[in-house]
Amino acid sequence: MYDVAVIGAGIVGTSIARELSRYDLSVVVIEKSSDIANGSTKANSGIVHAGYDAKEGTLKAKFNVLGSEMYEGICKELDVPYKRNGSLVLAFNDDDLRHIEILYKRGLTNGVRELEIIDKNKVLSLEPNIQDDVVGALYAKTGAIVSPFELAIALAENANQNGVEFMLSTEVIKVYKEKDVFIIETSKGVVQSRYLVNAAGLFADDINDMLGGERFRIIPRRGEYCLFDKAVGGIVTRTIFQTPTNKGKGILVSPTVHGNLFVGPNAVEMDRKDDVSTTKEGLDEVLRGGSRSVKGLNPRDIITSFTGIRATPDTGDFVINIPTKNAVNAAGIESPGLTASVAIAPYVVSLLEEQGLRLIKKENFIATRQNTKLFINMSEDEKKEVLSKNPMYGRIICRCEHITEGDIVSAIRRPLGARSVDGVKRRVRAGMGRCQGGFCMPRVVEILARELNIPLTEVKKSDEGSFILTGKTK
Amino acid sequence: MKRDLVIIGGGPAGLAAAIEAKKNGIDDILILERDKRLGGILQQCIHNGFGLHIFKEQLTGPEYAQRFIDEVERLGIEYKLDTMVLHLSENKHITALNPKDGIIEIDAKAVILAMGCRERTRGALNIPGSRPAGVFTAGAAQRFVNMEGYMVGKKVVILGSGDIGLIMARRMTLEGAEVKMVVELMPYSNGLKRNIVQCLEDFDIPLLFNHTVIKIHGRERVEGVTIAAVDENRRPIEGTEQYVECDTLLLSVGLIPENELSREANIKINPVTSGAYVNELMETSVDGIFACGNVVHVHDLVDYVTEESYLAGYGAAKYIKGEYFKDETGFNTKAGFGIRYVVPNRINPKNVKDRVNFYMRVNDVYHNVDLVVKDGDRIVYKARRNHVSPGEMENVKLSKEVLEKVEGSELVFALEEVAK
Repeated sequence: MYDVAVIGAGIVGTSIARELSRYDLSVVVIEKSSDIANGSTKANSGIVHAGYDAKEGTLKAKFNVLGSEMYEGICKELDVPYKRNGSLVLAFNDDDLRHIEILYKRGLTNGVRELEIIDKNKVLSLEPNIQDDVVGALYAKTGAIVSPFELAIALAENANQNGVEFMLSTEVIKVYKEKDVFIIETSKGVVQSRYLVNAAGLFADDINDMLGGERFRIIPRRGEYCLFDKAVGGIVTRTIFQTPTNKGKGILVSPTVHGNLFVGPNAVEMDRKDDVSTTKEGLDEVLRGGSRSVKGLNPRDIITSFTGIRATPDTGDFVINIPTKNAVNAAGIESPGLTASVAIAPYVVSLLEEQGLRLIKKENFIATRQNTKLFINMSEDEKKEVLSKNPMYGRIICRCEHITEGDIVSAIRRPLGARSVDGVKRRVRAGMGRCQGGFCMPRVVEILARELNIPLTEVKKSDEGSFILTGKTK
Repeated sequence: MKRDLVIIGGGPAGLAAAIEAKKNGIDDILILERDKRLGGILQQCIHNGFGLHIFKEQLTGPEYAQRFIDEVERLGIEYKLDTMVLHLSENKHITALNPKDGIIEIDAKAVILAMGCRERTRGALNIPGSRPAGVFTAGAAQRFVNMEGYMVGKKVVILGSGDIGLIMARRMTLEGAEVKMVVELMPYSNGLKRNIVQCLEDFDIPLLFNHTVIKIHGRERVEGVTIAAVDENRRPIEGTEQYVECDTLLLSVGLIPENELSREANIKINPVTSGAYVNELMETSVDGIFACGNVVHVHDLVDYVTEESYLAGYGAAKYIKGEYFKDETGFNTKAGFGIRYVVPNRINPKNVKDRVNFYMRVNDVYHNVDLVVKDGDRIVYKARRNHVSPGEMENVKLSKEVLEKVEGSELVFALEEVAK
């Protein structure tokens, strides 16, 4: 019997798990995928929003601004790349100018610091590759970028260091209450807990139904992205938004924390929650949209494209409430959900406390987590030292990103370490570069098989079923 | 450490360059190879057909490579395996890394770039659809099958008719997989004619020209692809979509010279070939840095790589010995009508030993044309070609005497229709 079960190991579930791990509690996180952050968290813009977007008085506004202020500290504690690069909302006509004026005022009401409306010359002096017909912009210096899946992995690792258990590849089939105990039937057996948190992302409405909470629906909305080569990563240094419409924030152009550039997302409502395919129309739309803002985007520089699915609630705001006694929903956490999640976590924990969960601070809570320091990022002295201890750091596996065998092995051996090719890629970037694993994938498969002591044919790209090899040759 | 000549890459290009430099009097040579053995990509090319020009016999890839490896051993040329070059600067400082020596810093008098090329990936094509396991570049699949002994799939569609894709169609078939088809965007193949005959026609594997894959299906593993015909602008034609069930998609859609190090060293890159501009001795725009093989332009026959690399080795030796004319004498080469590019790009006849072999590719399929080389209006060379195709590299040999007589600033290579 656990004190608390958290359903879902995306950015919301892992933030909550880490928050719970501060206290003397037994906590389990149940995740249907084989890895942390394998749903909406792995495929989104990675933007820490300043907080001028969300309407005054909404949960989105409240937690966005709070989250934005907390981000830098958390990323520092957990050794996750974070960069306060600032963001611009571009205006191309008078209507747009009026709109950024509204955003500016809203930002002030929401408590966003360092907001400024700037004119064309200032825009172009900050970002020379913006299209020349720009007329002005809202400049938010507190806007930042982060690697969303690396943060979720870090939160999960830190929670795990502090005693939280993770059940991966474990799908929740049914949840019900017997007396005061939640009975959670999963694909890997029954789990029991006294308290429950629903952070099931796209499927949070289904879990809420099982709990008998007030009905809401999650409407999956696809967002497609194109990722560009590092060679053009410097086209812009800030995150470039367009003036939002009722359909969303428009197409962004932004650098990533690792120096690539991305363009996206569009917004298409879908009838399925599991269809992460991209479409020709969508990718064309994204490229057209990006080129509206920025000069010099050449499709030849695209290294990959992907789709993320937003967990959009039909209520218009985050659903953070109590579906049944001793449970909390943290649902519908769409944009600015990545930013908000770190602030939502302590709030969810306070809601559990209000329902009777006793919170006693752990004396030995470990607040910091050290990431695998990639060989390429080490100082000359660190490199020499690590090489003298472990020659595997002298063998480059991923040629594009200069990732060594030592880096990859460390990603596998970490707590909640990589178990798949994608898991390695998300932890240490092997296969993230311009050849997209063309050279290193076979090597990574070998290393995974060796480290996990499994046959090559059992190594997977990602989840169950994503096998890479079909058998031996004749 | 200080070295006379460092060669980056121990594939066919690097090996030949090293041998020729040694034979021309350079003793202090170091080859840096990132794989665990010399030979480069040839080691996974276990089919035959290599060496027809150089050795006048049919060798497999590993056999061809071994002849050069043996020669390197015999000549006592030093090499380091498992060694990746991380940085190269304009003044020929190299930073490399391997498990045995750790970080290696080298100052070289001359450098030869022989890094080869890499395959274009799905990302570069931006094929829509899901992102399941089962999408491989043909070369990655070849490594799994030939080097590791594992199959990558059972029902296969191949996109692109590059040589590696064609070879893999046969290889996968022989290993019991069902290769359903090869689809090619263009109206012609980028592979060698002999590979189309021996790898597809002999096994009744259909080759669909003017077709492409427009969508990949399957959540965890490939379950199928949608193919469609394309119009003359290479855009899919609505209504021609066709679903093909498969568990594997192999990509053989082009090779890109690996010039990350060259760019770091500020070497000028030709946007047409994605390789360095080179002169008559295969020197790049940076003094003392030479390049040869697929890092300069993608070849279809290793024999030509070898020939070109001998020249780079000879050039580097001349450079190190100070027997190299660095004056402004000479002329540029230019691709005229029908020609996509010519290598080398600049010629100083004083440095030419006996002759220069000019390599070029045409930009479309042509029948019954003359390949003409002109110095102004003067025809320097003219030869009939019954059939030329972008998939088969053309070459023209011009002697030192001919090159010395060029008066203009440009030597133009072009196709001309044969007068009727």
